[in-house]
Formats: sequence, structure tokens, C-alpha cells
Amino acid sequence: MANKFEEYLRPQFMPHIWCPGCGHGITLNALLRTIAKLELDKDKVCVVSGIGCASRAPGYLDFNTLHTTHGRAIPFATGIKLAKPELEVIVVTGDGDGAAIGGNHLIHAARRNIGLTVVMFNNSIYGMTSGQYSPMTPSGKSATTAPYGNIERDFDVCKLVQASGANYVARATVAQPRQLSTYIERAINTKGFAFVEAQGMCPTYYGRRNKLGGPVEMLDVLKKNTVTVQAAAKLSPEELKGKIITGELYQANDPEYCDLYDNLIKQAQEVAGK
Amino acid sequence: MSIRVAKTGNEAVAEAMRQMRPDVVAAYPITPQTEIVQIFSGFVADGLVDTEMVTVESEHSAMSATVGAAAAGARAMTATSANGLALMWEIVYIAASMRLPIVMPVVNRALSGPINIHCDHSDTMGARDSGWIQIFSENAQEAYDNTLQALRIAENPNVLLPAMVTMDGFIISHAMEVMEILEDEKVREWVGEYVPENPLLDVDNPVTIGPLDLYDWNMEHKRQQAEAMVQSKAVILKVAEDYAKLTGRRYGLFEEYMLEDAEVAVVVLGSTAGTAKVVVNELRKQGVKAGLLKLRVFRPFPAEEIAAALKHVKAIAVMDRSDSFNAISGPVFAEVRSAMYGVQSAPAIVDYIYGIGGRDVTPEHIRKVYDDLANIAARGKADRILTYLGVRE
Repeated sequence: MANKFEEYLRPQFMPHIWCPGCGHGITLNALLRTIAKLELDKDKVCVVSGIGCASRAPGYLDFNTLHTTHGRAIPFATGIKLAKPELEVIVVTGDGDGAAIGGNHLIHAARRNIGLTVVMFNNSIYGMTSGQYSPMTPSGKSATTAPYGNIERDFDVCKLVQASGANYVARATVAQPRQLSTYIERAINTKGFAFVEAQGMCPTYYGRRNKLGGPVEMLDVLKKNTVTVQAAAKLSPEELKGKIITGELYQANDPEYCDLYDNLIKQAQEVAGK
Repeated sequence: MSIRVAKTGNEAVAEAMRQMRPDVVAAYPITPQTEIVQIFSGFVADGLVDTEMVTVESEHSAMSATVGAAAAGARAMTATSANGLALMWEIVYIAASMRLPIVMPVVNRALSGPINIHCDHSDTMGARDSGWIQIFSENAQEAYDNTLQALRIAENPNVLLPAMVTMDGFIISHAMEVMEILEDEKVREWVGEYVPENPLLDVDNPVTIGPLDLYDWNMEHKRQQAEAMVQSKAVILKVAEDYAKLTGRRYGLFEEYMLEDAEVAVVVLGSTAGTAKVVVNELRKQGVKAGLLKLRVFRPFPAEEIAAALKHVKAIAVMDRSDSFNAISGPVFAEVRSAMYGVQSAPAIVDYIYGIGGRDVTPEHIRKVYDDLANIAARGKADRILTYLGVRE
């Protein structure tokens, strides 16, 4: 397995930009472990990203990779998937990239149920530009643009994607790397739009700003604050306040967009008598 | 008296914004601009200004919210860089055609791709035909001064156009220098009370802003917009004069540095002007009649004034910090050479594209440009129009 990992990396572009203690390494590791386990052909994997800390990941990966503009990973990925449906197209995005500037694309890709796997590296902050609050910074938390606390509500992005029509929605934290890996595996194996939120951590900006301690303490907080979706079903809204609900949140088997597209072409050809 | 402080370009502009007290600021983070609005959001949080701060979800929204606020009658600002400006594009044009006097600091950064975060002028040069006034700054002092002046220019009833104030990303935005700022009261007086024309919030006099405008009136409105840009030149000079009375710092459409008796001259914008001045000083000591024209106002383009200032020179080099990919030259060259057309026995004029994607430009590079110019002046002609400076090819 170790050798497999090396094969997936571009060591010439190391060291990476992520800060010590950043959760993104754990999420990337989970993704690579999954790709190794599934024994995907390296040349049949395409990893697409936007802009931000998470979006730097494809630069370090030796697949077909595309580093696009801020928020637009999903439209680029949609084009790739339509042109080459046989590719395993994986979108790596952050909470700012995927839920703010690219939020519209996220809901429409889910609505179309196109066969992409989107892994959202949620570090709860705009890390690359040094810690402004994002739409997924929890209410009340501090950021450079919210020195007295964020008064906006944060997205439950999994609910958003589920409501938009995705076939698979799951959430794990970087304190649960094995679950994370399992969910990414199921996401990749899902026909249709699949979404995994990886609740990570940004010790440099989010952690420091909110006095959450170092990476170890932040991992502890993630562990303590996590409730499985099964356990959450038995808890009251008050008991669930501030908790991260993890698990496989939604699964469906609705038709995938590229398949529908192919069917339409076939129908049209039949009508035309070709 | 003014206050001497040490500030980075971003800090200086954030300070100007604090003193100008805009009613609304809407913005989205992008390197290297982020700090301006981040620092400003601290001023808002600490109650130092009563600005409504909107942290939107993209630059397209930032410019949209700014336009909405300005149309309502507010003093509204935003700031951006590179791809942020590109994403605003649609609304950048609309701000100008709606004649909304928005002031926007733009921290110059190379426009993708390939993706890059360092300085060149491709972002604002791309917006040169958007109808915005464009003012370039050599250092943090000028970025501060230009921001304060831009507001008075933009809001002048004969102008009513939005204005971009630029500074070179990292080179100015992140470098600290000693500069002078004005007292808060003086800035308050300088910006005065804003009385918007036809604001949406004047509910007793309802207006519609931004309706469909087809072939019956569209051309007249565009003609008026063009006229406003023509008128703005005199306003820019008048505002500069008033600003000189206030601060002792004098600005024009451009700065002439040892140009009066120059035989060879460089035309340049932004921070590179500072480097070029060092070279001019050295060359003068060696007896070379070198001069410099630092373009401050790129829109409106001061064509006649430039022609008058450069007509006696034997050879001119324009330095472009972006390419226009027109297979001829960079954008500044095209405008300067056009300005020189019709000048009797016009000087030879060449272009140097330099500093793309943050490529360093050193005094040696600029010395080479002046050496080339001496050669061109001696021969009375240039072998080629365009040279890429400091590139591997």
C-alpha cells in the first residue's frame, strides 16, 4: 500500500502548502487509500479542484488533474464527465470554494445527479486568505472578518446536497479517517452525484482565533462533538446543538445524468431512423 | 499637520477607507487584496466607522451589492485583485454605465492562467475599456492619496463615473514604508457630504435604474458616458490642485521626471517608476540625458498631454506590465504610440513587456532599456517594436 501511495503523488511538488496540524492531509490520505483499495487505473482518475487550501491537493497528485478557478471545479468536472463518462471524476473543494462562491454549481450538479464524487474539505474558514469566515463557519465563532463572532448561520451542506437531489451524502470528520475512507469508497462506487463532507480543522486560523488549542486538542474536540446519525435520531434538537452528525446521511438510486443523456441520444437516433 | 506613519499599501488604503467612512462596503477575499477589507472589517467591528459591511459569497456579488448600495444613494466601496475583478466583469461595466461613483482599490495581480498571485497589470488593463477611471500608484503614499482623490473625482457632477485606484500586488500592498496620512477631520472635510443624484432611496421622487435601453436611446446614453470621461480630465487636475493645497503633495495626469531636456525617455506605470527613477539619477550623473514619464491616470488617457511632454525626445520606451496579445505590443504602448501619431518628426518608440506574473524587474533591466534607447536615438530608428524584458526564450 505504501508504494501505491508514492505512485499517486508528485513528490517534485513537495513540500505541500498545508500548515502543520492541518486536517487536509488526513482527508487526502483517506482519498488516496480509497483509490488504492479500489485499484482504480491511475489514468482513469481525474481530480478537479477550485481555489483555496483544499484545492491545492491535485497539484500533488499524479492522476489527470485540473486546478481551476475559484468555485468552478464542479462545472469543469461536469464537462469532463460528459465528454469522458468512463473517467472517475473526483472534485476536491473546500467550504469557501464549494459552498460560497461555487454553491450554485454544487446544488445544480446534485440536481442533475451527474456521476461526480465531490469531497468537501471543510475547515470552517477561508484558510488560504488567512481566516475570513465562510458560509460554514459555525455561528458565534470568531474570524478575521468577525472579530466579535459570526452572526450568520452556517450551512448544513449535507442537507443542502441531499435536498438538491444527490444519490449519496455522507459526513465524517478527520478524527475518523477510516469512516472517511469508507464513505469516499461508497461515493466513488455510487452511480450519480455523490458527496462526502470531511469535517476538518484549521489550527492556524480557525483554531488559534477560537482558542481551540493545537491540532491534538482540535482532534479531541471533533471526537467529542461527533454524534452518529443513528444516535442523533434519538436526541432532541437541544442535545444536538453544536454536534457534528456523521455517517451515511442519504442514499438513493435515481438515474444518473450521463446515462439519461445517452438514452436521449439513442431515442433521437431511433426517431431519425439511424 | 499630517501624521507620519509606517504602513503597507494595504494598510494605507484601509486607513483611507476608514477616514472616508463609506456607507457600505461589500467584499470577498482574494490575495493580495484581502487585507484591505479585512483590516477595514476590524474598523467596522470596533465601531470606528458606521459602515454596513457585507461579506458576500463572490466578487460578482461584491460588485453587485456595491452597485445596489450606490444606486440607493450610498457611498459604496469594494476592493479586489485579478480573478476577483474578472469575476466582477459584468457588473464592472454596469457600474460605469449606471454612472455610479464607486471607488474601488485594485491590488494588481496577474490574471489567470497560469494561476499566479504576483503582480502584473493584466487585471486592470483588461478593464481599461469598462468605463472606469483608472489611477495607478507608485507607492503606498500614492495609493492613499489617489484613493482620497478618486472619491472627489468620481462624485463630481460632471463626471459621475466609478474609479479604480491600483497598486502593485505585494510590491506595494505588502511592503511597509514611511508615509503621511491626514487627520481624520481633514479627510472628513475633504470627502464632504455626498449628495447622490436620483438615488433610489428618495422615495418621493421614484426613479428606475437599469431598465432596458435599446436602439432608441442606448447610443445617446453611451455618448454621455464617453463625454463624462472626457470631462473627467479637468476634474482630475482640479482635484489634484485642491489636494496639493491640503497636503503639499502635487499630482497630475502623469509625472515628468527629468523629462524637460531628456533625449531618451521611459514611460512606465506603478512601482517600477521608483526603480526607473534610480536608474535615471545614475544615468544623469554619467551625462546621459535620460528622463521618465510616470503615467498616473490611464483612463481617461491623456493623449495630447503625453504627446506634448514627449515630442522633443529622440527615443521612447514604453514599459508594459501586461501583454495585449494583439501580436504587436502591450496595451500602454498602443495608446502612447497612437498619442504620438501626428507629432512632427515624432520620436522613435518601442515597447518592453516586463514583470509578467511578478517577474522581478531590477535597475539592470531598466538600464538595458535606456542603453537600447541611446542606440535607437543615435541611429534614428529601431529594429523592432517589441522586446520581452528578462524572459528566457
